[in-house]
Amino acid sequence: MEMIDHVIEVLLPFEALRFDFMKHALLAILLLTPLLGLLGTMAVNKQMAFFSDALGHSALTGIGLGIVLGLRSDLVAMLLFGVIWALVIIAVRHGAQASADTVISVCSSTSVALGLLILSRGGGFAKYSSLLIGDVLAVTPQDLLYLLLALMAGVVLWMYVYNGLLITSINEALARSRSVKTRLLECVFAVLVALAVMLSIRWVGMMLINALLILPAAAARNIARSSRQHAVWSVVFAMVSGIAGLFSAYAWNTSAGAAIVLYAAAIFAATLALKKRIKG
Amino acid sequence: MTPDCRLCRIDLKNVGVRRGDEEVLKNVNMHIHCGELTVLIGQNGAGKTTLIRALLGEIPCSGEIRHEDGNGKLMPHLRKGYVPQQLDFDRDMPVTVLDLMAASLSHRPVWTGVSTATRRKVEACLRRVHADQLISRPLGCCSGGEIQRVLLALAMEPVPDLLVLDEPISGVDENGQRLFLDTVNELRFGKHMAILMVSHDLKLVRDYADRVVLLDREVLVQGPPAIVFGSDAFAQVFAQRKERAPIWK
Repeated sequence: MEMIDHVIEVLLPFEALRFDFMKHALLAILLLTPLLGLLGTMAVNKQMAFFSDALGHSALTGIGLGIVLGLRSDLVAMLLFGVIWALVIIAVRHGAQASADTVISVCSSTSVALGLLILSRGGGFAKYSSLLIGDVLAVTPQDLLYLLLALMAGVVLWMYVYNGLLITSINEALARSRSVKTRLLECVFAVLVALAVMLSIRWVGMMLINALLILPAAAARNIARSSRQHAVWSVVFAMVSGIAGLFSAYAWNTSAGAAIVLYAAAIFAATLALKKRIKG
Repeated sequence: MTPDCRLCRIDLKNVGVRRGDEEVLKNVNMHIHCGELTVLIGQNGAGKTTLIRALLGEIPCSGEIRHEDGNGKLMPHLRKGYVPQQLDFDRDMPVTVLDLMAASLSHRPVWTGVSTATRRKVEACLRRVHADQLISRPLGCCSGGEIQRVLLALAMEPVPDLLVLDEPISGVDENGQRLFLDTVNELRFGKHMAILMVSHDLKLVRDYADRVVLLDREVLVQGPPAIVFGSDAFAQVFAQRKERAPIWK
């Protein structure tokens, strides 16, 4: 870790990067944003923005149930609950005689209410309020290792499932006729989004994590004509917003998550203005 | 049989499909031959798409579906190609024709790029349906007829024993419809595959079909177009349309 810190100091001789917490935050952003950028392209294509939002909100329930069940780590509780909740939403959405957004809204409200009920017992919710806005400056070297492993595992799995998901997002019947296991892939994608969202929540915050997943991909979609351009621009926008947001937050002494999302929103607005010129 | 053709015929014996307590299809007895264009016609809700889904193995059915080769031997695995109804998709999605085809024909994720070999393969597939000029075009910028030809190119790779076309030309302009069916005809004669198509356009059915099957939860009548179109069952099912436009005469 010391060697990496040294390399950063040599390559990026900025005043802000004198501090270890800033170096670690920068590394965390460089690890998180490409994964969110890639996953975001499919979340946008499959019109699942509301789904990932609901998943983010369920982090509270994960921690709450973790406490009830006596799990030591909040992160493990969030990851476990996030994966289970993602699969529950998918199953209910397919089984219920109601529209997808209604089902997701019901699931989201239920999980938030349940989480608040458990965590606010005895008036102790204040200690969890940091989850709402996140704190990327609190990243530890051990967290970075987990993030690196998550990025590697996520990208490998993403390479494996992408083509099938792409065909499914265009037309499900067509995908089935090409022997694509549409339901299985939908579940794998939901689990991947759940893991990425839960891993990022402590740094970006529950209220903003969905924006970081959706905004770069939505901005990229405004100017991309092919799947490759969509992925590349989405990752670039996510990384640029992440880095610019981090340094701005340092300069303005404000929440990094909020600054990152505002940069992503500005990029979205700019690409929206360019959309007609580029895509015709 | 040409070397491309493995299948000889598909026999459906007493095929039925239930959805809950409802019998969506019953006692369907028909056969589909290689080198022939068989067209399913019938009113909405007659069970045409259900029959197609049963044939594709997407839904369970009662009765028997047998695939036989030229020597009368059973074929356990049938290669099937499928062209769905007019694609309902988000036209703003950044996906090109090459992306869709490469995602279907290769394992390399298309966001990492497309290899030269896969691109050549896609070009060859599109050339087969006279659509090679579409390769770099975003899918959302293609017309209905162009998209159907791209889907036909996809369904033809690998060359199927049975090609299933589910209302492939509804919503396509007449020029596009003729172009699509002429291409289907070329493939039929070139590859000698069995083709099953659902269509509501009786005029085109008359011009292109070898056999017509009139369905209303069961087979009402089947045979060459002239016989089916001249039958009482046909007159009964399409009575209202007959008064409006006698297009099958």
